[in-house]
Amino acid sequence: MKQLVCVSKTPDTTTNIKLAEGGKALDSAGVNYILNPYDEWYALVRAVELKAVAGGTITVINIGDASNDTVIRKALAIGADDAVRVDMQPGNALSVAKAIADHAKEGGYDIIYCGKESIDYNGSQVGAMLAEYMDLPYVGLGIHMEVEGNSATIKRDIEGGTETVQVNTPFVLSCAKGMAEQRIPNMRDIMSSKRKPIDVISGEITNTSTSISNYDLPAGKASVKMIDPDNMDELVRLLKEEAKVL
Amino acid sequence: MVLVYAENSDGKFKKAVLETVSYGKKTADLMGTECVALVLGNVDDAGQLGKYGASKVIQVNNDALANFDSQTYSKAISAVAENLGAQVVLLNQNSSGVSLTGRVAVRLGADCASGVNSLPSLDGANLQVQKKIFSGKAISNISLTAAKKVISVTGNTIQPEETGSDCPIESMDVEVGSAGVQVVSRDEQTGGPAPLPEAELVVSAGRGMKGPENWGIIEDLANTIGATTACSRPVADVGWRPHHEHVGQTGVAIRPNLYIAAGISGAIQHLAGVNSSKCIVVINKDPEAPFFKAADYGVCADLFDVVPKLTEAIKKTMS
Ligand SMILES: Cc1cc2nc3c(=O)[nH]c(=O)nc-3n(C[C@H](O)[C@H](O)[C@H](O)COP(=O)(O)OP(=O)(O)OC[C@H]3O[C@@H](n4cnc5c(N)ncnc54)[C@H](O)[C@@H]3O)c2cc1C
Repeated sequence: MKQLVCVSKTPDTTTNIKLAEGGKALDSAGVNYILNPYDEWYALVRAVELKAVAGGTITVINIGDASNDTVIRKALAIGADDAVRVDMQPGNALSVAKAIADHAKEGGYDIIYCGKESIDYNGSQVGAMLAEYMDLPYVGLGIHMEVEGNSATIKRDIEGGTETVQVNTPFVLSCAKGMAEQRIPNMRDIMSSKRKPIDVISGEITNTSTSISNYDLPAGKASVKMIDPDNMDELVRLLKEEAKVL
Repeated sequence: MVLVYAENSDGKFKKAVLETVSYGKKTADLMGTECVALVLGNVDDAGQLGKYGASKVIQVNNDALANFDSQTYSKAISAVAENLGAQVVLLNQNSSGVSLTGRVAVRLGADCASGVNSLPSLDGANLQVQKKIFSGKAISNISLTAAKKVISVTGNTIQPEETGSDCPIESMDVEVGSAGVQVVSRDEQTGGPAPLPEAELVVSAGRGMKGPENWGIIEDLANTIGATTACSRPVADVGWRPHHEHVGQTGVAIRPNLYIAAGISGAIQHLAGVNSSKCIVVINKDPEAPFFKAADYGVCADLFDVVPKLTEAIKKTMS
């Protein structure tokens, strides 16, 4: 079984977002970066579990510059065998998906994993775009997977429930909570990850017509109205008459 | 022309789909063109989409579309968009939309923005749309400048607006290929409150509840107002509540009209998934709890005392 896991680097979940250049950019000063949790906890760990029973290899792929190597090493410590980094600035989801597809088309992968979304741009786009560039089936929002031979049975989230689907390899899968459990690599894993190869290849930005022109911060809340705990009638009145939500 | 993919759920349209048709009509007006709705499969009353702004409905009936598959569905949507020369294709940002939007954009060679949460503005032939990023901690203004644009719209961005009357339905045959993904079964909750991503009222609780046996007061409050229940992550992680109730940055992101949170501290990762709520009520005994800073109304007291009192106060106004 040849598996490919797409991983991105995102600001840590406690990051306070600040703007720079008058809203033209995000301020990266002091931001701590992590492996995107959906890619790490669910996609990569599921791939590691599957490799333990089905054998084969796990490659991780990331689009970005050399500063991404730290999070790529983390993925190698969790259990990937090797990594590919496409050396370019991501730009937008179309360019990222195309760059991954260009590599993956030659790779003969059976399963290609993405996280449900990256926690920075929350786009949930790369997986479906990648599947289309490769003309492969796509299962979005997977929460459980059983694999037998070349057939996978996957449970996925739908509004108000789940759907169980069957698909044959090769296919592209996005992973949400439930697919696997977070794993903390031990010292030995971390040491051995340093010897695993990261193959750096060049890529090109293929779409420049979709772009972020500027950023805003959400309007802050007016200060909270504190309600006397012995007067819940007043809270109900405010919810009905002022907020108009009941 | 603006083409709206109007998804049906077992032959019916959900509110979010009607919203997107109205969104399509407003976008078409802005561009000085018409809004056409696309229906895949059988729907009793597809002409009703005219009320929300569609000038006609295109219906594609094909056995290969009996079950959802992103390949066959995106082929159908893209083929209709090409036949009609659509400049903009709109979809809903939901569990099928996340599998379709990117595929359709690649097929059409279009620009793409997903999870948009504002009406577009027009700048020559370009569209400018807004999308929340960093789980609501910032907003990006995205410009789409290619000739074709594919956009998925977040639920509750605008309300459905009845502006017209039923419109004509035309059927169209397009090549869709065969499905690579076969649906084996579906397990959907029937009856009961709306699922969390679509819920308008949510009552949520956290570690302040002390244990799963105490959730009765939360369920009473939720049942009284017809709300969906939710919880913080640690509560789902230790198994006090089911995983699908976990809201936050790494759980479900919600955007209800009312979010009531009891015994939740308001950690940044929790806020990230609930900060799109229109009105937030926080019940917490710690006056320093960070959640109060993100709340509209706060009650600083013991939840075991306050929650039942709130339920009683609501019941009084209903009888
Ligand atoms: C990478 C990452 C991702 C995360 N993602 C999420 C996420 O998606 N969602 C999420 O929720 N968390 C998430 N977390 C966890 C988050 O940081 C907090 O730990 C968590 O939200 C705290 O849950 P809580 O508010 O229920 O518990 P606590 O922080 O323990 O707060 C309990 C609160 O209850 C109050 N309380 C106690 N007893 C009473 C009483 N009798 N009456 C009234 N109030 C009372 C206390 O004053 C306290 O404020 C994430 C963390 C990390 C590191």
